[in-house]
Amino acid sequence: MKLITAVVKPYRLDDVKDALQSFGVNGLTVTEASGYGRQRGHTEVYRGAEYTIDLVPKVRIEVLVEDDDAEQLIDVIVKAARTGKIGDGKVWSVPVETAVRVRTGERGPDAL
Amino acid sequence: MPVGLSAASTVSLAADKLDTGNTTFMIISAALVMVMTPGLAFFYGGMVRVKSVLNMLMMSFISLGVVTILWVLYGFSLTFGTDAGGFIGKGDYLGLSGIGLTELWPGYTIPIYVFAVFQLMFAVITPALISGALADRVKFTAWTLFITLWVTVVYFPVAHWVWGAGGWLFELGVIDFAGGTAVHINAGAAALGAILVLGKRIGFKKDPMRPHNLPLVMLGAGLLWFGWFGFNAGSWLGVKDGVAGVAFFNTQIATAAAMLGWLAFERIRHGSFTTLGAASGAVAGLVAITPACGAVSPMGAIAVGVIAGVLCAWAVGLKYRFGYDDSLDVIGVHLVGGLTGSLLIGLFASGGVQSDVKGLFYGGGFDQLGKQAIGAFSVLGYSFVASYLLAKIVDLVIGFRATADEETAGVDQAFHAETAYDFSAVGGSLGRTPATGPVLPIGEENGSGTTENQAEQKKVDA
Repeated sequence: MKLITAVVKPYRLDDVKDALQSFGVNGLTVTEASGYGRQRGHTEVYRGAEYTIDLVPKVRIEVLVEDDDAEQLIDVIVKAARTGKIGDGKVWSVPVETAVRVRTGERGPDAL
Repeated sequence: MPVGLSAASTVSLAADKLDTGNTTFMIISAALVMVMTPGLAFFYGGMVRVKSVLNMLMMSFISLGVVTILWVLYGFSLTFGTDAGGFIGKGDYLGLSGIGLTELWPGYTIPIYVFAVFQLMFAVITPALISGALADRVKFTAWTLFITLWVTVVYFPVAHWVWGAGGWLFELGVIDFAGGTAVHINAGAAALGAILVLGKRIGFKKDPMRPHNLPLVMLGAGLLWFGWFGFNAGSWLGVKDGVAGVAFFNTQIATAAAMLGWLAFERIRHGSFTTLGAASGAVAGLVAITPACGAVSPMGAIAVGVIAGVLCAWAVGLKYRFGYDDSLDVIGVHLVGGLTGSLLIGLFASGGVQSDVKGLFYGGGFDQLGKQAIGAFSVLGYSFVASYLLAKIVDLVIGFRATADEETAGVDQAFHAETAYDFSAVGGSLGRTPATGPVLPIGEENGSGTTENQAEQKKVDA
């Protein structure tokens, strides 16, 4: 199994969710996140005093998938999240040892 | 504010009978001025960081408590009692005792009680104005002691100079309709004196100190704007001759113009129209028109407003250049705005409203401008020196400043045992549990069971 994590622009969330659903993903986790990449943050001005805000709001989407689906799913997310402008985010995957469905106790791919 | 006897002749009012219209107007105006202090508390409170918003609110609210009592005991006497040498009132109204219910304020048609409570609200808000410069870093007891000394040594005498019959600036003919000198220059200069004693906040110019709640700032500015109509129009102490109405309208005009001026300056200089700029511009306009609202025409009010808005927007940047920490720009807005309004009377006074005095642009020459400058700078000088010394005394006696530890953790926790907001999500409360369990009324303890239950009940109560 793989855990795929995507950090994307908040307003792309709905499109990514829809794309994942049509791909057949049954569940996902979304958290609000903040951070920066190459684009860095933005500037705010209060009575002339400028503040650089390093951390930009993002959403983090996490999906557990079977190994075979991983690469294709990553492509689906990237396609749905891309705007072509700076600050679009990142997607990565890591191997997962085990997963358990809490209600039934099923383990491994059955739990997905 | 033309409250003294000698110059009350500017407009002849029938002075011997209580007038119901005027009295009602003044009672409502007093209430309007009162709401400016909570408004100011919100205006300032939104501008500080999360850890000191309650302290900021309390610095204003404590003034409502302390100054009210002082005013009754001796403040009204020192300010509006019989003149002694042009500098202070005698103690003829100590404890506000022996005043008849319908006894009129000399020369006017409103009871002394109504006049005294209206003037009280000015004495309350003036020290509160200073608090913005001292944000995040003073001991609450020291602040309370400071304003007690400050109103006694600075506000009461200065208000007497400007508005008391026989006060030396009043007799000189300085025009200050509602407090450009006695309130705003006074508070701004005091702020400068106090912060030179106190020093900068930890992290000034290094850490970001952005306002934590701009909607609160806008709410505060709105309440100030609303209350200011009582502050300015009410200062004529009556409505019969139409001056109060002009003062009311000029207040609106200059405030609008100053807000636009500040926003335009900001857009050109920094690229955006900010809410903080709109709120600050409005307050700068209110400050500047305060002394001038009975002296200028509506077109003059536009000029006063625009000039004040742009000048104050520029002036709030000076603290970074000179390195003094006027935290919420009391100097940049109140001192600069107060000076602007007071001096511009010398140029824009059109005659024909509160008096026939004309400024330079209306053919009056430099005469009034000179008087205005004497008024503005004598108040500035006295207030600055006296406030510096008072802050020094407070610092030597009980220590003015919070410890570095208290300041870093936040003065809310240090002095009020509270924090403003509960940020816990999903029903938690950030690990807070009652230290000893809630104190329940006797008799209810039996049914409450475990400590957990008690904690639950406390949450519901809160």
